[in-house]
Amino acid sequence: MNIIVVGCGKIGQSIIASLLSEGHNVIAIDKDAEVLSEVTNIYDVISVCGIGTDCEILTEAGANKADIFIAVTGSDELNMLSCYLAKTLGAENTVARIRNREYNEKSLGFLQHELGLSMSINPEFFAAHDVYNVLKLPSAAHIETFSTRNFEIIELVLRQDSPLSGMKIMDLRRQHKAKFLICAVCREGKVYIPDGNFELQSGDKIALTAAPSEIIKLLKSLKITQRSAKKIMILGASRTGYYLARMLLLSGCSVVIIDKDPQKCQEICEALPNATVILGDGAQQELLKEEGINDVDAFISLTGMDEQNILISYYAQSQNVPKVITKVNRSEFIPLATGLGLDTIVSPRRTITDVILRYVRALKNSVGSNVEKLYKIMDGNAEALKFNVKEDFKYINTPLKDINFKSNILIAGILRNRKAMVPTGDTVILPGDKVIVISAEHRLYDLADIIK
Amino acid sequence: MNRRMVLNTVGHILLAEAALLILPAIVSVIYLEKCLWAFLITIGIALVSGLVLKFASNPGNKVIYAKEGFVIVTYAWLLMSAIGALPFFLSGEIPNYIDAFFETVSGFTTTGASILTDIEAMSRGLLFWRSFTHWIGGMGVIVFVMAIIPNIADRSMNIMKAEVPGPTVGKLVPKARDTAKILYLIYIAMTIIMIAMLFIGGMPLFDSIVHTFGAAGTGGFGIKSTSIGGYNSYCQWVITVFMLLFSLNFNLYYLLLLRKFKSILKSTELWFFLGLVLVSIAIITYDIYPMYANFGETIRTSSFQVATIISTTGYATANFNTWPSLSKAILLMLMMIGGCAGSTAGGLKNARVVMLIKTVHRELKRLLHPRSVRAVSMEDKRVDEQTLSGVTSYFAIYIMCTLGVFVLLSIEPFGIETNLSATIACFNNVGPGFGAVGPIGSYADYSGFSKILLSLAMLLGRLEIFPLVLGLNPLVWKRR
Repeated sequence: MNIIVVGCGKIGQSIIASLLSEGHNVIAIDKDAEVLSEVTNIYDVISVCGIGTDCEILTEAGANKADIFIAVTGSDELNMLSCYLAKTLGAENTVARIRNREYNEKSLGFLQHELGLSMSINPEFFAAHDVYNVLKLPSAAHIETFSTRNFEIIELVLRQDSPLSGMKIMDLRRQHKAKFLICAVCREGKVYIPDGNFELQSGDKIALTAAPSEIIKLLKSLKITQRSAKKIMILGASRTGYYLARMLLLSGCSVVIIDKDPQKCQEICEALPNATVILGDGAQQELLKEEGINDVDAFISLTGMDEQNILISYYAQSQNVPKVITKVNRSEFIPLATGLGLDTIVSPRRTITDVILRYVRALKNSVGSNVEKLYKIMDGNAEALKFNVKEDFKYINTPLKDINFKSNILIAGILRNRKAMVPTGDTVILPGDKVIVISAEHRLYDLADIIK
Repeated sequence: MNRRMVLNTVGHILLAEAALLILPAIVSVIYLEKCLWAFLITIGIALVSGLVLKFASNPGNKVIYAKEGFVIVTYAWLLMSAIGALPFFLSGEIPNYIDAFFETVSGFTTTGASILTDIEAMSRGLLFWRSFTHWIGGMGVIVFVMAIIPNIADRSMNIMKAEVPGPTVGKLVPKARDTAKILYLIYIAMTIIMIAMLFIGGMPLFDSIVHTFGAAGTGGFGIKSTSIGGYNSYCQWVITVFMLLFSLNFNLYYLLLLRKFKSILKSTELWFFLGLVLVSIAIITYDIYPMYANFGETIRTSSFQVATIISTTGYATANFNTWPSLSKAILLMLMMIGGCAGSTAGGLKNARVVMLIKTVHRELKRLLHPRSVRAVSMEDKRVDEQTLSGVTSYFAIYIMCTLGVFVLLSIEPFGIETNLSATIACFNNVGPGFGAVGPIGSYADYSGFSKILLSLAMLLGRLEIFPLVLGLNPLVWKRR
C-alpha cells in the first residue's frame, strides 16, 4: 500500500520503520531537510520537504493516490488540517495524532467525523492504558486482552526462586489443573514456541494464554499472585501520567504524583482534585522515602527522560516496591532496562506502532487476508493474531495434531460462541470460530499461511 | 564492518554475471565458433565462485551502511572485470591477460578504449560480449542485481548511491528496488527501439544489436575498423540522436511517462546540456566546413562527433585527429564535462558543472557584498550546502587524479597530446583521444603498467572516484 507519513520525529520514524518491514511503500514528509536526509539514509523511503498543510507538497507526495495518510507532527492542529486536506485530495484513509487533552475528552468524536478521520491516535493515552492493565494484575509483565474480554495473553518473568524454573512444560500441565497454554518463551532475546519437552529456566519471560478466571487460578496455584495495586506512586505529571492517574482514581486507587515543574503540578492538580500532587525532584531518594515509596503497591516512572526513568525505577526496585513500571521511549534502551531486572516496560512509541500496524493489517484484511486483530508480544519479537475461520479453510474438522503446521507457529486459543477454549491435540477448528495464532518468525496474512 | 554481507552481495553479483555470460555463449553457438568453450569455462568459474561466496558468507545481519556500499561496489567491479576478461584470454584471441583485463574494464566502465588492432578478425561471440559489457556497465550491474533479487540488503540505497553517477541520487518511487526496476525497464525499452530503428535503416541485425549496446551504455566499442563511418547517413543520425538521449538523466523519461512535462522543462541540467551541444556543433561546423564537400555532410559529421564525445561514447565517423585545433579543444572540453547525472554517460556531469558555475558566481557576489546571504538553486529548489561542498571537493579530487594519472603515464615515449588525451579519454570513459590514441589508433602500444594504470583510471571515472578510493583504503575494511 502507498502510505504517506507526515512528521518524522521519534514516533514518525518508528512508524516508518514498522511499515517498511511490512513491505509498504512509504513517502515521508517533513519540514526539516536535515531530518529528512537522515530518514532517507536509514530507511528505504522517498521524501518530500515541506509543510504537511501545503497542497502542492501533498500533491507532490501523491496524496491523491495514498491508501493511508498518517500525520504525526508535534502539532495536533497541523495533523488535523493536513489529514483533512489529504482526504479532500483523495487519500483513502487518514490517521492523525491528536494528543491534546481538551480535544480528546470533549470533541474527539465530532472532530473525527467532521474531518473525515479514519482514526485518531494518542500515544500517551494508549501507554497509560497499557500500564493500567498491568496494574490490575501486577504479577504479569504485560497483558493483552482479545476484544471479547474472555481471553488474555499475559507475559510473566520467572524470578530466581520461581517454582516453574527447571520444569518441563508437560509436567507443568499435569501438576496444575488450570486450562492454560504457554505459547511463547523469550530467552536471552530469542523467542521460542515451546513444545512439551521444553524446560523453563529462571529469567525466562513466558507468555500464557487462558481465560482470565483460569489465569488467576493458575497464578494462585503457582503462589505468584499479587493483589491488584491500590496505592500507586507516579513520577512525572506528563500526559501519560495524567491519563493513568485519572483511570486509577476512577477505579478507586490512591495516587501520588510527583513532578518538579510547578506549572505542571498546578495543572494536574486542577484536573484531578483527588490525587495527591507533590512538587519536588523525583531523583531525590529522600523525597521518595518521605512520600512513602516503601509502602506503595506500585511505582511508575513516566518522566520524559528514559535514563532517569530507568535509574529511579532501579532504585524503587531495590526498595522492594512490589511492582515497578518504567517508561522507556528509545527502543535501544529496553534491553538495558530488562538487564537491570526491570521487567515491565511501557513505551508509547512501541504501543503506537503496534496500533498503526494493527490498523494497516486490518485494512489489508478487506483486500483479501482475514486478520482480525494483531498484537505484538514479547517486546515485539512475536505476534499474536486473531483470524476468522471461513467456510473455505482447508482443515475444517481436522484434529489439530493431524495438521502439518509450519515451525514456530502455535494455535493458542479458539473462541467459539463467545467461549474461549485452550486447544489440545484433539481439538478441531470449525467455520465461524475465531482462532488465535502465535507466530515467532513468519508474517501471517491469512489463516492458510500457518500450514506448510 | 559487515564483511559477510559484503561477500554475500559480491557473490550475488558474480552469479548475475554468470547468467549474463549465457547470452554471448548463445551467440557463439549460433555462429558455430570455438570461443564457446571459453565462455562455458568462464560461466563455470563465475558460478562456482559466486555460489561459494554466497553460501560461505551466510550473513545474519543484512544491514549495509555507506561504508559497506563503497567496499561492495569496489570489489564487485574489480572481480567482475577480472572474470569478464577470461573469455578473451581463454579463447586465445587476446593472448595477454593484462590486455584482456584492459579491454573488459574498458567495456564495463563504458569507455570503449581498445587495444585491438584488427577488430574484424575477432569472433562474433567475443565481439558481442565486448559490447554487451557496455550495456551492463552503463546502468550498473549492482542496480541490475538489486532489481531482480528481492531484499538483497537492508538499506540497499547505500549501494545504489555508490554506483549511480551524479552528485545526488533521486529515487523515482519509494522503494530502491522498484526504482532500479523502472530504470532498467526504461533502459531496455530504449535499447529495443534503437535496435529496431537501426535494423530498419539497413544495418545487419548483429551490427545493430552490437552498436546499440555501445550507444546505450555510451561505451563505443565498434566492430569495424572505420567504426560507424561505413554505415549510411540515416544510421549515423539515428546513433547521434540516441547517444544524446542515453546521456540525459533517466529520471526525465520517468517524468515523461508520468506526463509531468512541466517538471521536465524545469530541469536546469537539461537546458544546459542541450545548449552546450548546439553551441559546440555550430562552432565546429564553422571550423571544419572547408574540409568537407557540402554543408549536409559537415553538419552530420560535426553533430556525430559532438554527440559521441559529450555522451562519452567514443564512436567515430571521421578522424577528428586531423581537425583544426579549435575543434579539438572543444572536443577535449566536452570529454571532461560529459553527460547528465543519472545517465549512462561518464565525465564530470553537467549537473556538477552547473553547480560549480553557480557556486563560483555566488562567491563573486559575496566578494562584492560580504554580508549577503545567497542560496544556490537548481530546478527552483535550494541545493543544500552539503551537496555543494561535495561537488567542489569532487571537482578537486577529479583534477588531482587526472593530473596524477597524466604524470605517471608520461613515462611512455608518446607526446603530451597523446598522453594527456589518453588520460582524459580513459578517466571520463570516452575511449578515443588524440594523437596515437585517436579514433583510428589504439591503446595497444602502451606498456602493461600503463594499461593497468589506465584501467584504474577508467574505474575511478565510472565509479566517480570516492567509492574506489575508499574501498581500496585498508583503513576502511581493516578490523580494529
